[in-house]
Amino acid sequence: MKVQRAAWCFVAPALLAIGVFFFLPVAAALAMSLTDFDIYALADIGNLRFVGLRNYIELLQTPLFWRALGNTFYFVIVGVPLSIAASLGAALLLNSRVTMLKGLFRTVYFAPVVTSLVAVAVIWRYVLHTRYGMLNYALSWFGLEPVDWLGDPDWAMPAIILFAVWKNFGYNMIILLAGLQSIPHDLYEAADLDGAGAWAKFRWVTWPMLGPTLLMVSILSMSGYFQLFAEPYVMTQGGPVQSTVSVLYFMYEQGFKWWNLGVASAVAFVLFAIMFTITLLQLRVARGLDA
Amino acid sequence: MRGLLAAGLAAGLPACTRTADDGATVLKFWAMGREGEVVTALIPEFERLYPGVKVDVQQLPWTAAHEKLLTAFAGEAMPDLFQLGNTWVAELAALKAIEPLDARVAASATLDPKDYFAGIWQTNVIDGRLYGVPWYVDTRVMFYNRELLARAGHARMPATWEGWMAAMRAVKKIVGPDKYVILLPHEEFAPLLVLALQQPEELLRDGGRYGNFRSASFRRALQLYADMYREGLAPKERVSNIYHEFSTEYVSFYISGPWNIGEFRRRVAPDRQHTWATALMPGPHGPAASLAGGSSLAVASSSRHKQAAWQLVEYLSQVDTAAKFNALTGNLPPRRANWSDARLAGDPPAQAFRLQLENVRPEPRVPEWESILAELRVMGERVAHGDIGVDAAAVALDARTDRILEKRRWMLDREARR
Repeated sequence: MKVQRAAWCFVAPALLAIGVFFFLPVAAALAMSLTDFDIYALADIGNLRFVGLRNYIELLQTPLFWRALGNTFYFVIVGVPLSIAASLGAALLLNSRVTMLKGLFRTVYFAPVVTSLVAVAVIWRYVLHTRYGMLNYALSWFGLEPVDWLGDPDWAMPAIILFAVWKNFGYNMIILLAGLQSIPHDLYEAADLDGAGAWAKFRWVTWPMLGPTLLMVSILSMSGYFQLFAEPYVMTQGGPVQSTVSVLYFMYEQGFKWWNLGVASAVAFVLFAIMFTITLLQLRVARGLDA
Repeated sequence: MRGLLAAGLAAGLPACTRTADDGATVLKFWAMGREGEVVTALIPEFERLYPGVKVDVQQLPWTAAHEKLLTAFAGEAMPDLFQLGNTWVAELAALKAIEPLDARVAASATLDPKDYFAGIWQTNVIDGRLYGVPWYVDTRVMFYNRELLARAGHARMPATWEGWMAAMRAVKKIVGPDKYVILLPHEEFAPLLVLALQQPEELLRDGGRYGNFRSASFRRALQLYADMYREGLAPKERVSNIYHEFSTEYVSFYISGPWNIGEFRRRVAPDRQHTWATALMPGPHGPAASLAGGSSLAVASSSRHKQAAWQLVEYLSQVDTAAKFNALTGNLPPRRANWSDARLAGDPPAQAFRLQLENVRPEPRVPEWESILAELRVMGERVAHGDIGVDAAAVALDARTDRILEKRRWMLDREARR
């Protein structure tokens, strides 16, 4: 009995901190999402109404919310595989025996991750400029027409994906590189003895051995990419024609631009539900692959 | 360690108190953008006139100012007085965040309401009470390339929508398919709003309870806006440097405010300086209204130094202070007395503003207006891209507006029942 009480005493401070800084805000946000908390309520709490699930129901009837959801899924579905492919490619290159100046390349590829997003976004806006940008200049060598990257609703999201992949692939690359380096060398030697080519070695040794790392990287990237916010905030402000409004950007505008905190909380919980479901699915698929 | 902490706390403390070391009152004054930089030059004179008062000016960037004020209100950290975009007056008045100023204006020896442009003064009056004093005005007029217009066969800027469109089509013929005529930036709501304000019907109906964008009036304005894109007169792409594009004749019409007089002077290529001019906004049937923009000075209700804050408002509103402020910023003064000043009266680009200021129309004064404007801007953008038709856009805009105003309707009904 005494031991148990002592244990509680030791855990209590941590539990208290978690309760106050984690569970309490979440519970408060959940409660808030059932009210119409807005700037009027801020002025006088008497203007607050309990509205039940109305925020959620209205949210599902808001075309912009669906559009934001669609944009976010577009970003995740195209961006995550691209980003993982880019980091895997870079990691394989850096890990291969023939590459020179590994340290230099590792630094160069990792540099975008640690640079301030706002600063690089400003530079990318110049790179993507329709008439004066470098990207369109490069395209013109191949006889391609200039693309209005950030002004055309069809191209704005691809441009943002391009930027985000460039910005983030270095991070996953480092994790994958660590994964690659932990694959025992004798496996490759055994494969050599069996006469395996480069592709066979990748398919039958590297890929399965990298499985757990890849799963972790994909879950991390997915949850990161679902929270798309800063890129459209700095590059396009959600435009053109709301083609780059993400769920989080939508939430930010509702919450902090217009102080509709009830609606914003509802958005947060919907996003949480979506991400939770998808991560569960991912884990289940991974377990299925293992079995 | 503890000593270090205590020292840190002690060092931080003076920042929290409202009186300076010598017992003077410290006024916290928030101003935005360029005004925030420039107003510091006017403060020493004020501090000399009122020895007991020190002014602590803090600058906010314009893009974050609206959020920042609401956040300060939510966090009970309002300054004593602040610059306030005049479309935000209704919002802060509804929050009871700013003081009514009627009594102070009535008692003032230097402030004369009749000297102010009426449309601008009105933007500060909510339900019959005054909540701010206009600091500067920025209505919108037409900046245009008069040389190109003359080559297209128009000696001067036409006064009607029809003439304006004809002139732009003529210019388009000269500049060719790779260039455009008018710049209507997607991130600005002002050009579309100006066209809408020129129409007779109100933008909100039933005392600001519902949107009125379905009115024939508004649809006419939106149609004109859509036509400029459909006919290839306005570029859909983002233009990052208007002054450069004006110099290359990529665009030659731009609806904008007084701050651009200085910018055009500084940044349009020297050999193109003679080409630009300003003119009154063309209207549906002749010269018509433009928007009544600008900033006001407001005193926070939470301030503990309202009298001193008011003295600063009064000082900044004096004719001679306003003249200095105009010289420093190029911002246009809201008092007629300043306009007989040779500096302004002898400045041709300012004259269009002088005339336009006599014909401005306030926007609807409801707290939700800022978010309705955001919807208006997005709808203008969707129409420009051919994403939605004019009639459908008007219906959708009304639906969005009615939803934004739902809480206001509930509050008004509840007040009526009491």
